[in-house]
Amino acid sequence: MTNTQAKRVQYDAIVVGSGAGGGMAAFQLAVNGLKVLLLEAGRNYDPLRETPMFHLPKDAPLRGEGTADKPFGFYDATVDGGWRVPGEPYTVAQGSDFMWWRARMLGGRTNHWGRISPRMGPYDFKPRSRDGLGIDWPLTYDELEPYYDKTEALIGVYAHDQSLENTPVSRNGTQLPPPKPRAFELLTRKYAAPLGIPVIPAPIAVLTRMQDADRWPAKLFPGNPLAQRVVRQSMRSRLACFYATGCGRGCSIKANFQSTTVLIPPALATGNLTIIPNAMVREVTVDQRGRATGVSYIDKTTRTDKQVRARTVVLAASACETARILLNSKSNLFPNGIANSNGIVGKGLMDTVGAGIGGQIPMLENLPPHNNDGTTCLHMYTPWWLYQEQLAGKLDFARGYHVEFGGGRDMPDAGIFWGLEDYTNGAYGKRFKEEARRYYGSFVYFDGRGEMIPNDDSYCDLDPTVVDQWGIPVLRFHWKWSKHETNQASHMVKTFAQIIESMGGKVVGNLETDGTKVIAKGGQIIHEVGTVRMGDDARTSALNAHCQAWDVKNLFVTDGAPFVSNADKNPTISILALAWRTTDHILAEMKRGNI
Amino acid sequence: MDRRHALKVLGAAAALPAIVPNPPAAPDPAATKGPTWTGPAGTPSDPNLITPRVWWPKKLQAGELVTLSALCDTIIPADSHSPSASAVGVPDSINEWASAPDDDHREGLVKLRGGLVWLNLESERRFSRPFARLAEAERHQIADDICYEKTAKPEFKGPAQFFDMVRDLTATGFYTTREGMKDLKYIGNVPLQKFDGPPPEVLKHLGLE
Repeated sequence: MTNTQAKRVQYDAIVVGSGAGGGMAAFQLAVNGLKVLLLEAGRNYDPLRETPMFHLPKDAPLRGEGTADKPFGFYDATVDGGWRVPGEPYTVAQGSDFMWWRARMLGGRTNHWGRISPRMGPYDFKPRSRDGLGIDWPLTYDELEPYYDKTEALIGVYAHDQSLENTPVSRNGTQLPPPKPRAFELLTRKYAAPLGIPVIPAPIAVLTRMQDADRWPAKLFPGNPLAQRVVRQSMRSRLACFYATGCGRGCSIKANFQSTTVLIPPALATGNLTIIPNAMVREVTVDQRGRATGVSYIDKTTRTDKQVRARTVVLAASACETARILLNSKSNLFPNGIANSNGIVGKGLMDTVGAGIGGQIPMLENLPPHNNDGTTCLHMYTPWWLYQEQLAGKLDFARGYHVEFGGGRDMPDAGIFWGLEDYTNGAYGKRFKEEARRYYGSFVYFDGRGEMIPNDDSYCDLDPTVVDQWGIPVLRFHWKWSKHETNQASHMVKTFAQIIESMGGKVVGNLETDGTKVIAKGGQIIHEVGTVRMGDDARTSALNAHCQAWDVKNLFVTDGAPFVSNADKNPTISILALAWRTTDHILAEMKRGNI
Repeated sequence: MDRRHALKVLGAAAALPAIVPNPPAAPDPAATKGPTWTGPAGTPSDPNLITPRVWWPKKLQAGELVTLSALCDTIIPADSHSPSASAVGVPDSINEWASAPDDDHREGLVKLRGGLVWLNLESERRFSRPFARLAEAERHQIADDICYEKTAKPEFKGPAQFFDMVRDLTATGFYTTREGMKDLKYIGNVPLQKFDGPPPEVLKHLGLE
């Protein structure tokens, strides 16, 4: 279908954005028979044809080193993205520090993400009830649990098999067995244990075996032969991980979860999905009654404005971009932007607390050569373990963090042995080569990823003067960490130093423990959520408990924007589960004739 | 460091060896549908990842490359394990790095060029010959003075920074080649039917058996 035809068609649903939230929404609505139009601001992207599987750093410019154009390295999957997008600026208010990561490609950030998929736990939905801070979600873990189960079965997630406190796993066998731990992971587990720090298999969206295409389609989509057929076909087309070549490049054998390999192909196979790439959505259009009629977007290839219409509009452009669209959707009925009669849109912006250090571990020197690649993602991690201490008031911050760590004999890449001079008193010549053999694989790193509590000083709004190259007003970011976050960051690095020392190692460089200095910048961990909050009360939230706009009943949000809190659990799996739940509500409301 | 360090294991085998997946893959349902695919734009933020190319001209002159090669080989000479840095194209990779068209690399180019001039001046002063024509022992005499900034005399601290930059770049250039990976005994970037974790000798080495 051409763009011109698409313009004239009345769709059942328009979905804006094709990442985790948009991909899931488009998939669910299409397999349930709706005619869906998916708009993506970036170009069409095909992981099967574009993933540089096995390519060597020596064949890339700068040996694959990260640059401003490709911040995570040349082979990272991200297209036209990173901390800057050509022609699409954002601004940061004076006194604030914030970095905004975007991608402009089909599948969005799901193409390059870390695949880390921990479920939120029961505490995470009711933070205020537990410690008096932040805001409670309008739903419970029990309500989202079946959607976690279904999402895991659909996309494939390996994980630990025992639930820990507030760290639940499936009770219905929806998760896959984890891969065997690597050497540095076993060593860390051994030396963290005496410190009371657990190390368990990490939840990761990578297939450790092929999905059971005979079992899951019927279980996930009872009574829906179309869904069963396309999902069966999709599952059979995905191979299990073969333990080589980095997930951040994408995966041409579809062993990891990307929207472009797992959600969009089966959605297209229904015949119900139309995709328009290079469509930069400017605003949601409304009729005189205040119902959404569709969206207007800039066709980037012709630089012209287009309008498309549908019965319902689903925004999933990423937490901040969705807020931007809502704020820019101004009309007589909605002078402050749509779904924003209470001024809540843009408020509640959260990221994840991040801090990390490296260590050099003599025990890991001169290890016998062995394959350390694994899935290239985490095999093991440390979930937050001090819930009781925190509740008893023994810590000077309110919420938890988990630990991601890595190391070992990875493929040598750009930057290998930077800093080796400090370990070798400036070795060069044959001695340098000997030292390189000795130190190779002996470094580990630990990164904390913790919960931020929403605060009044962290939000985004429209910059009053700046527009992007499409003429759309840009976002302006305001940011401030509270003591809860900076104290937590300090706790992270002190804890990691303890683990490193317990392993007989030494922290790399000088250990800085001042939380205000070691904490990552706002946005830097790329877990922005919370800008279009859901809630039980129309006065204090933009969306109801089904992620449906209070002000506009045929307008929904399925990305990270509805998040009420930002637990230390990486958000993607919860975005996917929540999006599935939201589409169930859309379908039910349509059936009831309410939309 | 950040979590992406865990994710950047890069590829080593040029061709995918023939492994047969368990059941053969079914046809991709997306193959016949979806919007037109035109591929990467070929811009710096959307380069072709399958057939990478360097799009900027290299700036170092022939004479500079002669000096740089001599320095690279002083840092990574041939030994019984692997060839020298210049034998696997490291000077050319540093030329590519220093010629890259952005601010960070522009600063690196100035530091590199200035350092190469200094190196030859110092060689002439001590031995009346440029660095590339010095004997190994003579090169080492200079290198010993500039190989570690922390212990270098005040007049050698600047050159020590230059030396350190070239050492880091030489290491990157060298150890990302097949020869360099072989020297380190990197084993990976090959598809496996299953992942067994570390072998018994590794567990023994770590006291984990």
